[in-house]
Amino acid sequence: MSRVPIAEDLFTLSDEPTLLGGVCGTCGAYTFPIREGCPRCGATAVTRCELGRRGTLYSWTSQGFVPKAPFRGEWGSREVFEPWYVGLVEIPDTLRVEALLVDVQEKDLAFDMPLRLVLTPFRTDPETGDEIVTFAFTPDSGAASGEGTGRG
Amino acid sequence: MADVAIVGVARTPFGRFPGRSALSLGVEAARAALADAGVSWTDIGFAVGGSYEVDQPDAVVGELGLTGVPFTNVYNGCATAGSALGLASQTIRLGEPGLGLVLGMDKHEGGAFTADPIEYACPAWFGEMGLFLTTKFFGMKINRYMHDYGISPETLAAVAVKNFHNGSLTPEAFRRTGMTAEQVLNSRMVNHPLTQYMFCSPDEGAAAAVVCDASVAHRYTDTPVYLRAVVTRTRAYGAYEVHTPSAPIESAPAPTGAAARAAYELAGIGPEDVDIAQLQDTDAGAEVIHLAETGLCADGEQNELLASGATSLQGRLPVNTDGGLIANGEPVGASGLRQVYELVTQLRGRAGDRQVGNDPRVAMAQLYGAPGVAAVSILTR
Repeated sequence: MSRVPIAEDLFTLSDEPTLLGGVCGTCGAYTFPIREGCPRCGATAVTRCELGRRGTLYSWTSQGFVPKAPFRGEWGSREVFEPWYVGLVEIPDTLRVEALLVDVQEKDLAFDMPLRLVLTPFRTDPETGDEIVTFAFTPDSGAASGEGTGRG
Repeated sequence: MADVAIVGVARTPFGRFPGRSALSLGVEAARAALADAGVSWTDIGFAVGGSYEVDQPDAVVGELGLTGVPFTNVYNGCATAGSALGLASQTIRLGEPGLGLVLGMDKHEGGAFTADPIEYACPAWFGEMGLFLTTKFFGMKINRYMHDYGISPETLAAVAVKNFHNGSLTPEAFRRTGMTAEQVLNSRMVNHPLTQYMFCSPDEGAAAAVVCDASVAHRYTDTPVYLRAVVTRTRAYGAYEVHTPSAPIESAPAPTGAAARAAYELAGIGPEDVDIAQLQDTDAGAEVIHLAETGLCADGEQNELLASGATSLQGRLPVNTDGGLIANGEPVGASGLRQVYELVTQLRGRAGDRQVGNDPRVAMAQLYGAPGVAAVSILTR
């Protein structure tokens, strides 16, 4: 039994994880996740890069019901349903990514608040017993110092 | 180049019809549109059909009659009816002398639409994480928009209240019970800031239009409505759209904005000329955003527009006079033709209890949906 990512090439599996994506060799646009063609210029010169591990909350919403399939998050099958939160997170000078927001209450959510990337349990693989983890953002209490914002 | 006229329109009731097929709803709408134009199926020279759930909308010929008519099926998400109308319009402009039937039909299960993310160029994990969800996108988009432009939750509620009221005056609507702002705001939070009664539901129904070259329209009706422009657009780099794991920081007009600008240019008409509009109100926030994206108001003016009743039936710019998607639900293939039915009915002055008070001459219909597709049509009488 080990910790495995929900998909390859999304994030590093370290204590201070970094989001991975692509950057276009022709026009410099970023992609998340990495894809073959650049969404801005169409060139197929996109290469793998680190996108960063800090950002700000551009927008957010609550998830007030359990989504239909293909949703597989284990938190959706809790006995008592609790809404969770989803954000559109701006990674400075890079792009905005949609992500789960964890360890946060609705009253604490504020536009443009600093956030940092964390890995969070997603589900347990019933065959291997592996813990599948995915990426999420959480309030970045250390951001007040002004350090570490930007690409990781 | 020929101009295009709409000489007949019809819709079925929208709702849930256990035991009825989408095709049978399509046949009902087709027959009613033909009757409205005073013609028969054998008079039809070409047909265009649109549906999400029905593979072959042209199968209605089994009921309508096997005339050998050229019948093209189109699908373009929530903009399907815009694409169907656009194809019919182009066919006539290319010189087709006969009458065309444009038909949309669908039959969906309740609850938010879902699909395989892979089919939308999204990775599988995006769906597994519960992010491949239209309602989540709409909540996220309007939440930031409200922050940027000071739109209040009361304005969202006012959109829903208006549309439920208009639906109560529309015999074919799905939801025909009025709601108070308190009921809307206090209903279950689905995706903040959007509550249950701010959302439309996928449902069932069909709608149709009969079109022809404008030069012969008076053979069929005393009240032709002219289709001045139909434009579709997909997303441009910089737009934040449904079903996207990431979005650029730089911004670009949404597909609706791009389609509206092109439609105004084609029609030689500006947003200030529009008297009545049917906007894609998948949720109350979408109507608020689409008011600005179509140029019908500036960003932030929606609080005043809704509070003053400007978009109500007796206002200066009535919007979603049949209750829109919120009151009618969304059978995807038919939804845009329902908009056209309503606009033509209003332009003809035949909307009965919900007839608008501003004697409209210029009308707009707008559609928007995943994964970032829009259609804008401009009609005049």
